[in-house]
Amino acid sequence: MDTQLLTTFLFLTVVALTIGITFWASRQTKTAADFYSGGRSFSGFQNGLAIGGDYMSAASFLGISGAIALYGYDGFLYSIGFLVAWLVALLLVAEMLRNAGRYTMADQLAFRMSQRPVRTAASVSTVVVSIFYLLAQMVGAGSLVALLLGVDSEALKNLTIVGVGALMIFYVVVGGMKGTTYVQIVKAVLLMIGSALIVVLVLAEFSFNLSDLLGAAAENSGKGEAFLQPGLQYGASLTSKIDFLSLGLALVLGTAGLPHILIRFYTVPTARDARKSVLWAIGLIGAFYLMTLVLGFGAAALLDRSQVDPLEGGNQNLASPLLAEAVGGGEGSTGGAVLLALIAAVAFATILAVVAGLTLASSSSVAHDLYKGVIKKDSAVSEDDEVRVARIAAFVIGAIAIALSIPAQRLNIAFLVALAFAVAASANLPAIIYNMFWRRFNTRGATWSIYGGLIAAVGLVFFSPVVSGLPTSLFPDSDWSIFPLNNPGIISIPIGFLLGYLGTVTSKDPAAEDRFTELEVRALTGAGAEQAVHH
Amino acid sequence: MTDQEQAARHHPVYDRLHATPEFAELRRRYRGFVFPATVAFLSWYLLYVILSSWATDFMSTQLWGHINVALVFGLLQFATTFGLAWMYARFSAAKLDPLARQLEAEYRKEGNV
Repeated sequence: MDTQLLTTFLFLTVVALTIGITFWASRQTKTAADFYSGGRSFSGFQNGLAIGGDYMSAASFLGISGAIALYGYDGFLYSIGFLVAWLVALLLVAEMLRNAGRYTMADQLAFRMSQRPVRTAASVSTVVVSIFYLLAQMVGAGSLVALLLGVDSEALKNLTIVGVGALMIFYVVVGGMKGTTYVQIVKAVLLMIGSALIVVLVLAEFSFNLSDLLGAAAENSGKGEAFLQPGLQYGASLTSKIDFLSLGLALVLGTAGLPHILIRFYTVPTARDARKSVLWAIGLIGAFYLMTLVLGFGAAALLDRSQVDPLEGGNQNLASPLLAEAVGGGEGSTGGAVLLALIAAVAFATILAVVAGLTLASSSSVAHDLYKGVIKKDSAVSEDDEVRVARIAAFVIGAIAIALSIPAQRLNIAFLVALAFAVAASANLPAIIYNMFWRRFNTRGATWSIYGGLIAAVGLVFFSPVVSGLPTSLFPDSDWSIFPLNNPGIISIPIGFLLGYLGTVTSKDPAAEDRFTELEVRALTGAGAEQAVHH
Repeated sequence: MTDQEQAARHHPVYDRLHATPEFAELRRRYRGFVFPATVAFLSWYLLYVILSSWATDFMSTQLWGHINVALVFGLLQFATTFGLAWMYARFSAAKLDPLARQLEAEYRKEGNV
């Protein structure tokens, strides 16, 4: 069977399915609450699936299994950090945010602070985080399609990026939060079924004996037992060990500051539903990351090392699709071709669902925070007007993401995602936590922590070996790297918290302290929280 | 309702609810669970990250076949995450939700909304 034809067919099926869903959802999108939050009428289970669909990105599905296939045990840290992070969201953020806010991350800050400065700051960091994350997904989509269709041409990669960009703009502009949510639900179901299928087939090769699978992976990797032990990727020096710790911090603290995740908590009727959706998401995401362990070690055991090792001309990001081909019967077999095409289509659906969520989060923030809250100072902006601006913003942000993705193709996908997490943990999380738990916290504290964390995270990366000084850097021929780590979190997260503290204690803002009473009652009890929309 | 009105509104019912013993109890129970739990799971996670880098010999100890301490430690992180999420779900349903519902009902009554 012709794999390329089948792959193309399944890709088009995914695209057609999501377009159909979007048109269907558009008929139910009438008000601003529908556009931004799907009318707050999703159930906890539906939203849990959608959170999974929003969160399990191409970096997870392709990146983590690839990292495990290549570096063995060290790739597993991503899975653990990405999962444990959900406890921060569950215990400290989800329910209170649902009760205190309306449409965007900035809402809960603007609740008790000066509207314009905090909305501007939160909107800037929302857009920056979302763009880094978007670049990672779109660059991934470009290489995925090019490699699967067997045509390694720049033109095809660029065309794929433009196509993905056009689709994500379409989902958001036409379907709003409802359309985006259903796309994410479908993707989550496809991803879980597809992964489970491959996992069962891999385990069957080893008679469901995990130890045998690990042994085969260790042997086939050429590294022996060291492949199953920590340290292969990060254990070389003190600097790389600290880098690993820094990455670990950004992963665990970044999730609860990602704008496209935070706005998902607004899509349910009550805080209790927000809690339920996080519980479902934890179950789903945890099961998925357990499967990445089998996918990664399975790829290490069953694939030829040269297929996944970039030093030997392979591509680690294709470990999962190639593994699907191998367990389906190998290259040239019908089973292999079908499974390869199937998993590739699942990966493509994964990318589409995530980019839609990111575009929605950033265009919502531009319309609701910048346009309505800052430019128009809230004065008589009609709902239609606001949603119209959100749709225009989706176009502009989509166009910017496309324009940046094309030159960004030489950047490492995992690095871009890690940077988005580091910025979210440094700029957004301190402000969210202080706002909910510290009466004294005020406008200056919020703006200092957001801008300070943002500038620290991006600035440290700019002066790191990721950008200059090494053959693998973005600018390999120059060297202005003065910060030794690739991951800024270990410095930039404390800076975000420290600046939030300093900004607060150096200014007086009695109104913010006064309104904390209302915020606290509302956040903990739901008294006065936004209600679901009934059509 | 626009956000401007929202910012201007400060219904006195919030001050009254805030001063009730029920609210103080709700906040005490909530913080009494989530603060220690957060310290615990973050320390447990950081212990894992630090041992992975600085105690590689211990983490590399083989337990059964090719299964070593590092893998078991990683899987335990999954188990504790699921376990803590389940404990919080039970705790909040039993100890937080009834108080929150009661206060929210008072808000509806007093706030005339």
